[in-house]
Amino acid sequence: MDNEKLIHAIERYERSWLLFALVMIVVFLIFIGYTLTGFAFYVPSAAERIDPTTVRNEGSLFANPRVEKTGDNVYTAYVLAQAFTFLPNEIRVPKGAKVVFYVTSPDVQHGFHIRGTNVNVQVIPGEVGKVEHTFNEAGEYLVICNEYCGLGHQDMIGKIIVEDK
Amino acid sequence: MAVRSASPEDIYATHPEKKVSLYFMVLGFIALTIGVIFGPFQIFNYADIDLYPALQPLFKSYYQGLTLHGVLNAIVFTQFFIQGSLLYLQARDSNVRPLMPVAWAAWWIALIGLALAAWPLLLNNATVLYTFYPPLQGHWAFYVGAALIIVSSLVSVFLSVEMWVRWKKQNPGKPTPLVTFMTTATWMMWGLAAIGLVVEAVFFLIPWSLGWIKGVDPLLARSLFWWSGHPIVYFWLLPAYVSWYGLLPRQAGGKLISDPLARMAFLGFLVFSTPVGFHHQFADPGISAFWKGVHTVLTMMVAVPSLMTAFTIAASLELAGRANGGKGMLGWIKALPWNNPSVVAQLLGAIAFIFGGAGGIVNASFTLDYVVHNTTWIPGHFHLPVATASTLTFFGIAFWLIPHITHKPLAAPRTALAGVWLWFVGMMFMAFGMHMMGLQGVPRRAHISAMSAVNDGIYASSAFYMVFNAIAGVLLTIAAVQLFYVLYATLFSRRRLPADQVPEIPFAEAISGPEGKNGVKVMDRLFFWWGAAVVLVLIVYMPTLVQLFIHMVPAPGMRLW
Ligand code: HEM
Ligand SMILES: [Cu+2]
Ligand SMILES: [Cu+2]
Repeated sequence: MDNEKLIHAIERYERSWLLFALVMIVVFLIFIGYTLTGFAFYVPSAAERIDPTTVRNEGSLFANPRVEKTGDNVYTAYVLAQAFTFLPNEIRVPKGAKVVFYVTSPDVQHGFHIRGTNVNVQVIPGEVGKVEHTFNEAGEYLVICNEYCGLGHQDMIGKIIVEDK
Repeated sequence: MAVRSASPEDIYATHPEKKVSLYFMVLGFIALTIGVIFGPFQIFNYADIDLYPALQPLFKSYYQGLTLHGVLNAIVFTQFFIQGSLLYLQARDSNVRPLMPVAWAAWWIALIGLALAAWPLLLNNATVLYTFYPPLQGHWAFYVGAALIIVSSLVSVFLSVEMWVRWKKQNPGKPTPLVTFMTTATWMMWGLAAIGLVVEAVFFLIPWSLGWIKGVDPLLARSLFWWSGHPIVYFWLLPAYVSWYGLLPRQAGGKLISDPLARMAFLGFLVFSTPVGFHHQFADPGISAFWKGVHTVLTMMVAVPSLMTAFTIAASLELAGRANGGKGMLGWIKALPWNNPSVVAQLLGAIAFIFGGAGGIVNASFTLDYVVHNTTWIPGHFHLPVATASTLTFFGIAFWLIPHITHKPLAAPRTALAGVWLWFVGMMFMAFGMHMMGLQGVPRRAHISAMSAVNDGIYASSAFYMVFNAIAGVLLTIAAVQLFYVLYATLFSRRRLPADQVPEIPFAEAISGPEGKNGVKVMDRLFFWWGAAVVLVLIVYMPTLVQLFIHMVPAPGMRLW
């Protein structure tokens, strides 16, 4: 085949390939948009900004890290991720409950990943991150710090216990 | 005709830029040698095998080693190798000599920066990993050294653009030669990308580490970091593309299919590489879902030039294989020069990049990122594009470029070939193990083989995948020994090739060239495209950054190691 013909053939294939690539990417974007309509509560949002040096002080939302029942089958957890534990270290909620997590750090950055779920938040001093999750299965869930935070990082692990009602 | 080896003085006399390029590349490889030592230790850690007690007296912790690994491999090696190789390729492609004193200044700045940063790293005073997120606070010399290394890269931006402008003046109306076009576009892209890191270092990290300011806002610092942190990946990758487009087709025995398409891909990278950093911050509170969405769309856009590249390179290789006599659907593959370590390194790197690219699209998919963010999936992923595609390609380039510059023959080509294969296979094992463990929620950057007794066994469900990591550790250790042996044996060799056996620079011809194409004229206006990139970056970053600047919540520094 001479060069002209060859180039034309290749260019035709290349155009189809690019079209295919673009269509594929648009389809991905549509799927992503779809997940956002149903699961936007997994996108960590900023509840407020907070001074990391005083979060533990009296009067702060996080002075007393805790889980509260805040509605019909809704629980709110105020979690402090700090070197090298989560407070409260154990969270108990009943099966089927929606849990709203507020997470912040008084020291360095941490991660807040509830293993086996899509709750995966970067915990940043100065930010209060908010995410929600509904636990539909009873059992023990591990909360794993997945951002390097110092020598104790690998052992910074918390627990969520979802109880059968 | 009497064939005589050239003396070292003759070698450098005609092309003094050879020497500075060699110095950059060798400095990069020295950094890589030290950085890679920690790799096997880390992958054995992820096989639940703890070898760190053996390192104890020299290195204090897993995390000190990991900091060295990330900084020396990903920041220092890549950048120095790129500075050296691109400078030389551009100079020879366009036949313009770089401003030599400036080039040497860049090298000295890089060396001083490296020395300054290495000092606290080796003394365990900057165990903050290569992302150095505040409030973790390292020693000032680490930040000043890192800043100097970036400054050196900006000098390289200047060198490249200056050479290109000079060429343009001497050749009015002519299209920029392809390799020159690609290297200049790469450096221009980096010139915009680096601004985030420069601002972070100059206005925050350095004053903070010197005690001039009390704290740094961690979210603002992260946002500035990832302004550079994403495009830095393209800065590592594009030099490999320069070789795949501009040289590899010829090395494989053929030609590049289309010169204009290569330019188009590079323009795509120039414009779209930077305005995408929030895909590293999907999990960050404090950045609006709207802007995360915008960065998602733009990130997907940057996949397009890579998909284009996949086609053009594969088609060029197919033509090469057929020119070598390969027949049938797959026969052309067999007909490629599989006995040439330089070619094989690049081919295997390109194959690894297919998997790396697929994983990258997953990571970029906003909500999908919550499944994998900060798990071992991430290092499993990026060892494909960076530690395999770029690194193997850089070795592949070194295999002909160092003999070309020094006139020393490549030592032990068969060992080189074996090393390249083992590296590729080892990285595949590692990628599989790490990706799968990530899906099971195992965190990255964690010394999991040394967890305290209370947590023992929580990652036991990954035991099967840990076997892959252990195998990868063995394979990669052997591969690394082989590759570095070849490299240093070549450099220290006393033999010199006779002048007619010194490898030429394999600049590839294009079947469809740039001449007379209107599109090429438009694409040649690099400053215009760079301006477009700047505007795009301002649009997608300013709303968020201005907000963050106005409402800073500085946090004091901490040392938790
Ligand atoms: C023998 C070869 C190598 C092995 C076995 C290896 C292994 C690893 C492992 C297991 C990790 C994850 C550690 C963790 O998250 O705790 C890691 C991290 C990393 N590696 Fe490699 N690696 C190798 C070569 C390279 C090369 C050549 C590069 C770059 C050019 C590279 C760049 C990185 C980077 C940037 C990180 C992330 C560091 C961080 O999270 O702070 N590696 N490596
Ligand atoms: Cu941690
Ligand atoms: Cu990225």
